[in-house]
Amino acid sequence: MRLAPIEALGFRSIRYVATAGRMAVFLGQILRALVTPPTRFRRVVGEIYDSGVLSLLIVCGSGIAVGAVLGLQGYNTLVRFGAENSLGSAVGLALVRELGPVLTGLLVTGRGGSAMAAEIASMVATEQLDGLRMLSIDPIHLIVAPKALAMLLVMPLLAALFTTFGIFGGYVVGVHLLGVDGGTYLNGLESSVDFPNDVAGSLVKSVVFGALVGLIATYRGYTSEPTSAGVSAATTSTVVIASVSILVVDYVITALWGV
Amino acid sequence: MRPSPLRDLVVGMFVLVGLGAIAYLSIQVGGLGYRGPGGLVLYADFDQIGGLKPRAPVMIAGVKVGQVGAITLDESMRAHVKLDIDRKLKLPRDTSAAIQTAGLLGDQFIALEPGADEKFLESGTTIAFTTNALSIESLISKFVASSDNEGVGGEKKKK
Repeated sequence: MRLAPIEALGFRSIRYVATAGRMAVFLGQILRALVTPPTRFRRVVGEIYDSGVLSLLIVCGSGIAVGAVLGLQGYNTLVRFGAENSLGSAVGLALVRELGPVLTGLLVTGRGGSAMAAEIASMVATEQLDGLRMLSIDPIHLIVAPKALAMLLVMPLLAALFTTFGIFGGYVVGVHLLGVDGGTYLNGLESSVDFPNDVAGSLVKSVVFGALVGLIATYRGYTSEPTSAGVSAATTSTVVIASVSILVVDYVITALWGV
Repeated sequence: MRPSPLRDLVVGMFVLVGLGAIAYLSIQVGGLGYRGPGGLVLYADFDQIGGLKPRAPVMIAGVKVGQVGAITLDESMRAHVKLDIDRKLKLPRDTSAAIQTAGLLGDQFIALEPGADEKFLESGTTIAFTTNALSIESLISKFVASSDNEGVGGEKKKK
């Protein structure tokens, strides 16, 4: 009887759980570093620039595009029921509840998360982190914690911008291309979307996604092999794991929020 | 990281614009915020409230003057609805409250019709005259039952 596949399954399961545990310990180290002085405010600002400002173009461009597509597809479907005046509600609800936080999370993972992981992994490979330890500077305090914190802060801002640009994209397509009345669009939007059910959930989701991406990207970078192959592995595994986690956690939050 | 005032400025502007987007979504689109004066608390009892929910608007002549607060069941098995209304309004004692639907399939709200009494309702009192919510299903079944008896166009039902 071939035991190797069963052995492999057991080995992988144990390694999987061990990784989850190590990530939790890493999270604890980040949190401890965040409350230990000195506060690296200048570094956090720099990291917000790297993850946030440099992602503006992709987030806002994609926002307009997604909003425009929603406007187009939404109109084509709603017009069959004579309900094209609900386009504002449809676009607004879809963007605020789901597409805003999730798509922003995925885009920022691809752009910011991979950059973060690659940066830390290359610092590991070029022994810069060891150099910091020699100087008795905790690399988690100087490098990792500001990056993770910046990702957490940046995600809700980018998600809100994505949603706003999406609403605008839907407006341009619906009102100027397809003939929906502008006032009707905005009224439908404002009456269907409310703060406690929709906008608050959207903000909570984006903060959680930001924390998730910040943790996964920094962990994968920090624990990468100190080789160039290790840098590449850190980057790709960050994107894959963070993307899947975002989608799964999105379901969990959506299910719990409605309770 | 080299300190750079330009980068700091750009980050600051990014954060402000992001917070502005969040504020727009919360306040303008989501309707968070100062809801207008309340203060005049009235109660109304209904046999059937239909789909009326808390925070539904209370309107007079189509103008929003307040919103629905808590909805509870009282001892006589009627719905006891709390209304939070603009305190500047003076409503006569014989004001009536009806549950109406905005459009055919829209959300339900409370419509107040002021009466002609000279005395006004105090905060904490109950509105005496209420009209229950109409449900489309009971209207349709009434119509079906009555047209079964007469037939459409007055023809007798064949036995």
